[in-house]
Amino acid sequence: MTDTLFYVFAAITLISALLMVVSPNAVNGAICMIICFVTTAALFVLLEAYFLAVIQVLVYAGAVMVLFLFIIMLLDVNKDTSDLLKDKMTLGASITGFTLLVILTFSVFAGGQHLPETPLLPVMENPTGEGAGIPFTTSAKSFGYSLFTKYMLPFQVTGFLLLAAMIGVIVVSKKHSENS
Amino acid sequence: MELLDAFLPYLLPIFYAVAMVSVFMGLCSYSVLAERKVCSWIQGRVGPNRTRLPLLGHIPILGNLLTGLGIFQPAADGLKFLFKEEIVPGHVNKFYYMLAPVLALAPALTTMVVLPFGRYVDADGITQPLVLANVDLGMLIILGISSLGVYGIVLAGWASNSKYPFLGGIRASAQMISYELAMGLALLPVFMWAATPGSDYGMSLFGAVQSQQTLWLFIWQPLSALIFLVALFAETNRLPFDMAESETDLVGGFHTEYGCFKFGLFFVAEYAHVIMGSALFVLLFLGGWNFLPGLADPWGESLIGSLLSIAWFTTKVFSMIFFFIWMRWTLPRFRYDQVMSLGWKILLPLAVGNLVFNTIIIVLYDTFTR
Repeated sequence: MTDTLFYVFAAITLISALLMVVSPNAVNGAICMIICFVTTAALFVLLEAYFLAVIQVLVYAGAVMVLFLFIIMLLDVNKDTSDLLKDKMTLGASITGFTLLVILTFSVFAGGQHLPETPLLPVMENPTGEGAGIPFTTSAKSFGYSLFTKYMLPFQVTGFLLLAAMIGVIVVSKKHSENS
Repeated sequence: MELLDAFLPYLLPIFYAVAMVSVFMGLCSYSVLAERKVCSWIQGRVGPNRTRLPLLGHIPILGNLLTGLGIFQPAADGLKFLFKEEIVPGHVNKFYYMLAPVLALAPALTTMVVLPFGRYVDADGITQPLVLANVDLGMLIILGISSLGVYGIVLAGWASNSKYPFLGGIRASAQMISYELAMGLALLPVFMWAATPGSDYGMSLFGAVQSQQTLWLFIWQPLSALIFLVALFAETNRLPFDMAESETDLVGGFHTEYGCFKFGLFFVAEYAHVIMGSALFVLLFLGGWNFLPGLADPWGESLIGSLLSIAWFTTKVFSMIFFFIWMRWTLPRFRYDQVMSLGWKILLPLAVGNLVFNTIIIVLYDTFTR
């Protein structure tokens, strides 16, 4: 059952990702990207990472894509951009992408005829502080506990990066008052 | 028989889901009727009172009463939507035009998977929620799925390929983004208070209800409740905020080009969102199925007790639906820029301040009671 669902969702993810890249219409592309995000969330569910799945839908499919659609519709991207530049960009991007694909495939299969079977890493226990530690499970609470104890530093760094990006956006979008 | 036993674990959830969808769709059609009746009472009219079913409507006294209340009206409306000629304008993008109504309704129906609507006491004496899927992320799932609902409106506006629906779609997406933030931030204090140290509930709605046994959150988190309610009106596109429709300046808004059953789907979707929103507000702030503040659960552990808890919950939800309708016919519509400035300049800072304030209170409370 789980295997079948995995193949179904994986297939939808890959097909929609491909369609998103090749579709000439920007709105079609955005819709394919949404489908891709939602099916990725379904894959997370199959991995029992429920919290991640819900966040994937909430943040990517819900919020980011609405902004994307908003921009696509307001700017009407289909009509502008000179074709020459677009073609060069497409050519460059395709070559880079396929090179990456070749390297990845080669490095995976290099040295043997099959996929390497790496042993699963042992799950590190959450630290136990003054309050009783919460063991690593699939619940949201355990997720939050890990985030604020074991992964505190990465969490803070990510937050700082986002803050920097936000301030950058404000600086860039702010119109200078030329009164000097 | 063995085959039945093997398939029962798969069949039962399907059966429950179908039952819940049926009840929910029934509620949707009758809240349309409620809207029309309440609207006409507020405006000093009678409202729909002539539709009569052949046999049921001719029972001597009862038939006249039901007809006068317009009980048969939803059936007539539904049939009208079904049997009208399907007109697809020539200038639309056909695929997305057809897809949009479905995308508008599906998220509203999906969210009810995690909506608890009552409680029962299991064999071990532990109180359990009556819900299709009892997960600890209930609230997040509802926020996530309902944030997908805006695609229906945006796509309808875009695929219609004409000016007014397009403006409606753009407005809907801008409004949805603005108010989602305030809504999420207003909810955080609720769950910070509900998830006391040691509880296993996390973000589940059942946990939120169970934490309101003595005092409803509406009473001691009034600011969160107010922000959430305003954001709820905006997210359901109801009248003080129905920028996407706004028939005075956008003809019909995003569904201008839609007719017959596709329009019906949009219509049902709006009421599905209203019912979901009401149920959510009742669960989070009005104590769910808890009887009164201070008197949580006087119903006992039997089946009757469970049924009474469901009945009390639905009563509260109906009152909230009435409140939604009442608001619609009382308040005038905001201007678009007013909606935006209310969302970004008032609700969002208020919600952030509320969150910080509650965090400080919780820290102080934890420091001094330990």
